[in-house]
Amino acid sequence: MLIRIPPRSRCDSSEITPESVYLSRRRFMGAGAALLGSAALPVWAQAQAPASGYEGVEPGNPPGWFAQKLDGARWKAMEVAGESITPFQDASHYNNFYEFGPDKGDPAANAGGLPTEPWTVKIDGAVGKPGQYSLEDLVQPHTLEERIYRMRCVEAWSMVIPWLGFPLGDLLKRAEPSSKAKYVSFETLSDPEHMPGQKSRFGLIDWPYREGLRMDEAMNPLTILAVGMYGRVLPNQNGAPLRLVVPWKYGFKGIKSIVRISLVEEQPYTTWQNLAPNEYGFYANVNPQVDHPRWTQARERRLPSGLFSPNVRDTLMFNGYGDEVASLYQGMDLAKYY
Amino acid sequence: MIRQPLLRGGVFLAALIPPLVWFYQALSNALGPDPGKVLLDRLGQGALILLLLTLCLSPLQWATRWSGWAHIRRQLGLWTFAYACLHLVAYLLFVLGLDFTQLAVELRKRPYIIVGALAWSGLLALALTSNRASMRRLGARWKKLHRLVYAVLGLALLHMLWIVRSDIGLWLVYFSCGALLLALRLPPASRLLKKLRGTRPAPAQVSR
Ligand code: HEM
Repeated sequence: MLIRIPPRSRCDSSEITPESVYLSRRRFMGAGAALLGSAALPVWAQAQAPASGYEGVEPGNPPGWFAQKLDGARWKAMEVAGESITPFQDASHYNNFYEFGPDKGDPAANAGGLPTEPWTVKIDGAVGKPGQYSLEDLVQPHTLEERIYRMRCVEAWSMVIPWLGFPLGDLLKRAEPSSKAKYVSFETLSDPEHMPGQKSRFGLIDWPYREGLRMDEAMNPLTILAVGMYGRVLPNQNGAPLRLVVPWKYGFKGIKSIVRISLVEEQPYTTWQNLAPNEYGFYANVNPQVDHPRWTQARERRLPSGLFSPNVRDTLMFNGYGDEVASLYQGMDLAKYY
Repeated sequence: MIRQPLLRGGVFLAALIPPLVWFYQALSNALGPDPGKVLLDRLGQGALILLLLTLCLSPLQWATRWSGWAHIRRQLGLWTFAYACLHLVAYLLFVLGLDFTQLAVELRKRPYIIVGALAWSGLLALALTSNRASMRRLGARWKKLHRLVYAVLGLALLHMLWIVRSDIGLWLVYFSCGALLLALRLPPASRLLKKLRGTRPAPAQVSR
């Protein structure tokens, strides 16, 4: 099911924009996007000046097919009302992407050289149409949607990021999952040549990075595969050229630079859960009531958080997406399945 | 009269400048979107480095004929404590947002915070008794008390180990330095160090 009218995510009541204002704004945005689309700008100009016009966005170096997909994109298909979007500079220079090093600045410094074009993704396991697909072919049938989501890291910081992508469920359906497909397993590229973190002799992670979702989580319309953000192609440090975004789960579930998607019968191996099972669970749903052993999950630092104006706020159950996803976990003890 | 004024002044400036630079960077948005966390981490690592430097002084003194090392020991120890205090303040301000009820929870539930707090308390005890009056008052017990520094080192390393996420390389560097400095204090090693000094061609007469 594709969401036609995107549900507005829950926020503090003081932040809620009246429905009428909200809807008319969306209509306005839609009209703006349509106008831009019909303006028949040359492809390169669209790539340089994305319709969404965020400030301080470096244009990146998108492949030809991406620029074409941008033309038909549905801008602001989903928003976070009343919360401001994290500046691009911050979202692209404060990253956990351990393939490129342990510090937050390492990915931006080291990921530039990763070749992301051409890129192929292997789809296998319990599907009717397994195969090795070029990224262009994978994305081709889908309309890119701009989804503005909260991103809550398990380390208790958070951002609001405008992703460009399409529902994972739509892609999975095309692969024709069989009745044995109970979970989806994802794998990141293994490329020590370009990923210095994979070369470290003192790394604790068993590369490649792997993540997984239950089938119903994967099919939930909120779950997307992203190829861009801030109206441009994904920067390498943010997981180019293809990454997962699951907004009600901690950020580490959002596996980056995906090369393999497998449909499987058993709950798959996931990297952090395997490294420290008492700290990271398979589900990793954002949950202010279940602490990480090393820090509280009740609150978060919304970045940017100034030195003397710390932007600390309460963390929302399911990161504020409870209306859409709470039913997936009915009857489950979320303190046990964290 | 202050002995070794140049050395002392140099150490003072070298220890004072980094936090000032970091603070300035944080205020001018040069530390990214989460400057508080960056300050916290740099101050924590700074405290650990200063602690290791302090522990270098005795072996250096054994191995060389120069007595100047002893003159900066108290200062380096106090800088270690100062960095640890700033680290703690950064935690209270930027991580907890001065939410002291949450501090009580953290102190009960988080092993790495407990261990950090123990290390800090150890440094506090050492700093309070670092003056000459305490030395005189405590007599022989002073030396015993100040062996606490080894426990502080162990606790600080444990504190940091608990924080390591994906790569243990940097921690291993600190750990190796700490282990080496402790090993140098074992009698066979320290004897060797002292011999090193003895066998050097001695200058005619050292007058102090
Ligand atoms: C009450 C005392 C202390 C508290 C509450 C405290 C708290 C913290 C916190 C919250 C972190 C960051 C954890 C993270 O990355 O998630 C940290 C890191 C660290 N702390 Fe402490 N700490 C204390 C005392 C100390 C002391 C006494 C030392 C050293 C002498 C120290 C050395 C470090 C080091 C080396 C790090 C790692 C920094 C990095 O990852 O770059 N801490 N501490």
